[in-house]
Amino acid sequence: MHPPGEYPVVVVGSGPGGLQLSYSLGRAGVPHAVISADPSPGGMFRKWPFFQRLLSWTKPYAPEERGTRYYERYDWNSLIGEEDRLRAIQPGLMDGSSYFPARAEMEQNLATFARDGGIAVRFGCRWTGTRRDDDAFVLETTDGEYRCRVPVFAFGISQPWKPDIPGMDAVPHYADTRAPETYAGKRILIIGKEVSAFELANGFLPWAKQIILASPRPVTLSVVSRSLVGVRARYVQPYEDHVLGGGVVLVNASIDGVDRTPQGFRVRTSRSDGGGQLVFEVDDVIATTGFTPPLGDLPELGVPVSGRERIPSQTPLFESIGVPNMYFAGTATRGAAGLKKHGLPSSSGAVHGHRYNARILARHIAQKYFGIDPARPQLKADEVLPYLLREVTRAPELWHQKSYLSRTILADRTRGIIDDGILPLQLFVDSDGPDGVAVAVEANHAGDLYPAIYVRKDNAISEHLLPSNPLLDFETGDHRKQLAGALAPLGL
Amino acid sequence: MATTRSDLTETLAGNSLFADVGAAELNSIAHIVEERRYAEGERIIRQGISGSAFYIILEGEAAIRVSGKDYGTLGRGEFFGEISALLGEPPVADIVALHMLRCAIIPAPALEAFMLGHPTVLYRMLKAETRKLQKATSWRT
Repeated sequence: MHPPGEYPVVVVGSGPGGLQLSYSLGRAGVPHAVISADPSPGGMFRKWPFFQRLLSWTKPYAPEERGTRYYERYDWNSLIGEEDRLRAIQPGLMDGSSYFPARAEMEQNLATFARDGGIAVRFGCRWTGTRRDDDAFVLETTDGEYRCRVPVFAFGISQPWKPDIPGMDAVPHYADTRAPETYAGKRILIIGKEVSAFELANGFLPWAKQIILASPRPVTLSVVSRSLVGVRARYVQPYEDHVLGGGVVLVNASIDGVDRTPQGFRVRTSRSDGGGQLVFEVDDVIATTGFTPPLGDLPELGVPVSGRERIPSQTPLFESIGVPNMYFAGTATRGAAGLKKHGLPSSSGAVHGHRYNARILARHIAQKYFGIDPARPQLKADEVLPYLLREVTRAPELWHQKSYLSRTILADRTRGIIDDGILPLQLFVDSDGPDGVAVAVEANHAGDLYPAIYVRKDNAISEHLLPSNPLLDFETGDHRKQLAGALAPLGL
Repeated sequence: MATTRSDLTETLAGNSLFADVGAAELNSIAHIVEERRYAEGERIIRQGISGSAFYIILEGEAAIRVSGKDYGTLGRGEFFGEISALLGEPPVADIVALHMLRCAIIPAPALEAFMLGHPTVLYRMLKAETRKLQKATSWRT
């Protein structure tokens, strides 16, 4: 399957990002190859989370009918197909014990999508190097060379990362955590205070004698940040044990060094809240310091990366800002950061966010490199207002990717009013083009959820924030009136 | 394994805003700020669009643009977005990357805690703002 050779597009990776992109490219009619170092589909979900249950839920019984587009809002884990058999796969595979799928159920969900969607992957084929050849790229792999005009890297944020601190080499990473019972009666120091730190701490509660979580930055809880930023509700128990003095200790300190001792480890820290130095003698240390993308030689090729996680910086359409015609899919699309209004990130680091990015990327590649125009239905003028209010109330893309994806309507001079589909909000806001409107769902720091309307008239953008609603119903008379006011300059 | 933490810490250490900050504090600042690169021509903040942040330029240059007209440039060590972030109002100008730009970012909701937590940075910011005010009122003398 997909032997080495020349392809218009080559996708690297068979996790949810690679699978969704391959499916969507296929639907758009774009020939491509998919290669993966793994032996089977699923990516990171073939191994992790360590404690074998996800923190993204799927509601088997939801306010919307299972299998419909609107149901996707309540199912964070299924990939998105057009055919009935490829829709809402995850809820059909869950055993009812939790609305967080088990890791194995998630892996099965992805494998089912790959199998029933006929996604062809060359497994066991590791990408090892990259070079330019005229206007093409050559991907070197363990099976031979793939030449393509457009490479797409869906390689996940999957490479364990540890900071450059003395003694850190001897500290196991999250990826090297042992079976929980081997920590029975131990004093454990976890470096980090993000979700993976709390996942381990939560799992160690029945085993460890004491758990210390240390990192410079104070803990953030998602229920306090009112966003996906911070420790998710599922793992808050160690935090409660900390505030009640129950054997879990949270310390805000930077790690100066780690020394081996006959009994275990000595961890030297400096408190970042100004309390001086603290030294911990512990049996075990685990670094939950995160993962980076396995970039290989991409930085040498001129791919700029941002932040501690070294995620490739991307345009709103997921293209490297330094290397044209090179794209990213899956969790790496966090590098297309979007507007980040009020500091809130996209959901592109999770399946429920990046599955929509992949569809947009497939449409873009089909259009730009193959001249395949997407279906863009026409609307009557009186349909626009109720359609947009229904979208901001129910569209899964807008609810999962707040301030990031938008429903875009263009008032085209020749074709009339057209539905341009779900597109990155940044693309609409930052591009010149026909008059039109893009609608998104947004959140602010206070946790209010509300529709945002962006009107483009003569290439000037105006922003209109509509009110929230206790039932998150934005199809009220007030919303209708305010949206009508915003659309008036467009004659809609 | 890649190590990049020290890279951002060192970049911050070379920035005049952080000249009075000690090593441990700088390390914790490197954890708090977000770092992002922007393509040439990309808008970083947008005139009239709410919810922006406070930005410190680490590398590169950006244009101040109001309704399509340029009003000067900002370079390494300079910052922008503070008026909008502090007053909670949409920016009155676009800031556009003139070539590849690298910024440290503090979201508006986190800015107050950041300033109060790092008074020496706040003092340096105040001096920079005072210089801007001095320049803006120099016609009086």
